[in-house]
Amino acid sequence: MDITLIWYLVPSLVMFCCGVYGFLTRRNMIAMLVSLELMLNAVDINFVVFNRYLFPTSMEGWMFTLFGIAIAAAETALAIAIIINLFRVSKNIDVRDATKMKN
Amino acid sequence: MDITIPILILAIPLFMFLLLGLGGVKMSHKLAGTLGSLGMGTVLVLSYYTAFTYYFSGNPEFIDGTTRLQYVVFNQTWLQFTPNLAIKLGFLLDPISALMLIVIPTISFMVHIYSLGYMEGEKGFQRYYAFLSLFSFSMLGLVVATNIFQMYIFWELVGASSFLLIGFFYTLPSAISACKKAFIVTRFADLGFLIGILILSFYTQQLDFLPMTQNPQGVLASFGGATFMGASVLTWALVLIFTGGMGKSAMLPLHIWLPDAMEGPTPVSALIHAATMVVAGVYLVARLFPLYMLEDAALMFITVVGAATAFYAAMVACAQIDIKRILAFSTISQIAFMMVSLGVAAKDNVAIHEGLGYMASMFHLFTHAMFKALLFLGAGALIHAVHSNNYTAMGGLRKYMPITHITFLIGCLAIAGIPPFAGFFSKDEILAACFHNNWFWGAWMMMVAAMTAFYMFRMYFLVFWWNNPDYAKEHHGHLPHDPGIAMSFPLIFLAIVSTVCGFIPFGKFVTFDGHEYIIHLDWAVAGSSIGIALISIFFAMWLYAKENDKPRRMADSCRWLWTAAHRRFYWDEIYLFITRRIIFDGICKPIAWFDRHVIDGTMDGFAYVTNKASVAIKGFQSGKVQMYIWWYLIGAVVLGLIVAVCVL
Repeated sequence: MDITLIWYLVPSLVMFCCGVYGFLTRRNMIAMLVSLELMLNAVDINFVVFNRYLFPTSMEGWMFTLFGIAIAAAETALAIAIIINLFRVSKNIDVRDATKMKN
Repeated sequence: MDITIPILILAIPLFMFLLLGLGGVKMSHKLAGTLGSLGMGTVLVLSYYTAFTYYFSGNPEFIDGTTRLQYVVFNQTWLQFTPNLAIKLGFLLDPISALMLIVIPTISFMVHIYSLGYMEGEKGFQRYYAFLSLFSFSMLGLVVATNIFQMYIFWELVGASSFLLIGFFYTLPSAISACKKAFIVTRFADLGFLIGILILSFYTQQLDFLPMTQNPQGVLASFGGATFMGASVLTWALVLIFTGGMGKSAMLPLHIWLPDAMEGPTPVSALIHAATMVVAGVYLVARLFPLYMLEDAALMFITVVGAATAFYAAMVACAQIDIKRILAFSTISQIAFMMVSLGVAAKDNVAIHEGLGYMASMFHLFTHAMFKALLFLGAGALIHAVHSNNYTAMGGLRKYMPITHITFLIGCLAIAGIPPFAGFFSKDEILAACFHNNWFWGAWMMMVAAMTAFYMFRMYFLVFWWNNPDYAKEHHGHLPHDPGIAMSFPLIFLAIVSTVCGFIPFGKFVTFDGHEYIIHLDWAVAGSSIGIALISIFFAMWLYAKENDKPRRMADSCRWLWTAAHRRFYWDEIYLFITRRIIFDGICKPIAWFDRHVIDGTMDGFAYVTNKASVAIKGFQSGKVQMYIWWYLIGAVVLGLIVAVCVL
């Protein structure tokens, strides 16, 4: 049997929903960051797959994926830095305690 | 003419004001007084020189054959509004400004010297001299103004210096309220003046006096017969300008500030509120007289206001107790004489009897400045000796204060119009001018002249004769005595001037058209005015020469009239009623209510609604990241649904 577009899209959708669920429900900020990565990777898969099946002659989707990975790495570094700083202040990385944003 | 001296005449008092005002604190009283007097003395010499050059040099700049010319020494543009409307500052020499250049420095210098004695040891002595210099500067600037706006600027400056000097004893509540009153009342009048200036300059497109007064028909033409509420616009402009004069010269009904202004030091009253500033209104009308001549209605208004004021003030002066108040009302009455004289000087665009009234008015301005300053300075000497303003604390003072007595008597004779003293000549010309216009004004002013003689001699006899109180007991063994040389000298000087200045052939120097006018005494008028003045004086003597109860019985027989006159016919009460009951209660309070409840209420409503709305939605900003994500997610889903529905 052929492996069609849908074979890729369903796991990607599942990954994305797991990411959303994790991001909304986990209280640990590291775990939220992991969920965020899940969502980004799901999107990256979509880019590559759409490129491969719909426009095999062009390279834009691959390039976007590479950009996405680079930006995700940078974003993770930034988020880790924020989390470490929050931990230094409050000895705690529970997202419910980090409510300083409302000020 | 060289411009150095005219500039110095204005610059020296201004410099003295700055010097004494800024550096006075570091000076001793003596130094400040001497500096101020020396400065004024220099101005006196320079202005005499200028005036005498103008009158006697025969220079073709000043006189063309027999006609005196108006000469602009300099006229510098100061503020350019439009190509043909600019405010200039300049120096105008003509018969009346040269006259004022004699009057103002003379009185001012005398007051400077007198104050050395009168104000000795007062707190703020340097400040006092600084203000005197400021006043002299402003008054000189006013009289030499080349255009009506320069006059207005200096007009306000004399008002300000008058305010400062009335309130000189700023720890006295009465002085504070008096200076506020003077300022506010004259400011209201000046509003009319300003509107008049604006109307006049709007139509004529200029502010300079000379182009207007030398070509009155052109001014009339520029108005093009415009009318407003039944009178020509030119009449309105002139009457509004005269309103400013009514305020400064204390004409009815804007006279209420002048009696209260007597709270200031007495020499100030002599300088500002008798001799110089209060005649600014007369001077203003005289300056614009060729325009007033065009409009009989405006002249009539001046005459009626003047005649009513003269009579009213003379009535009130008969029933006052404070000698300075008597002199204040006498001043109001005498200024009204000058106003009436200007008012009757022309009719149907023609000067009556070669403009006799104009000449008489200026003549009376001159003589009145001298003898009224003398009377005020004499009153200052009395107050200095007795420590009271009321004649009830005086009596029999002729034995103790011979110099003051003689000089005061000369002042009284001069104002009463007894020859050969100055007031006789000028007042006689005024009465003659009134009779030339209309017998009614003549008779009316004759009556006021009789009252003048009566109230002045009432005061004279009550102060110097009447009874003989025991001063030694009241003043801890020290008797009233004549003041020192600093105060006596101005009294003697002014007494001499008041005696002789009536013989000046005034018509040679100041006339309405610059032509010489030979004064002929009209003996019918002069004789009858001397006659009634003498009758009044003898009547006053019969009543007041020796202590008796005739005056009290007379007052009792007509108590309501006496009380009304004593309370100045309730003008102050009327003003208070209008301001407090009608304006404050009737207009200001509703407006304040509207402001507080409607305008503030609307704004408060906005604030209330905004406040409530933000309280209601502030829960959204919880600071909880996951809540934000929820809202974001919901928003994204809803938007996606909307897009989906729209597309499909």
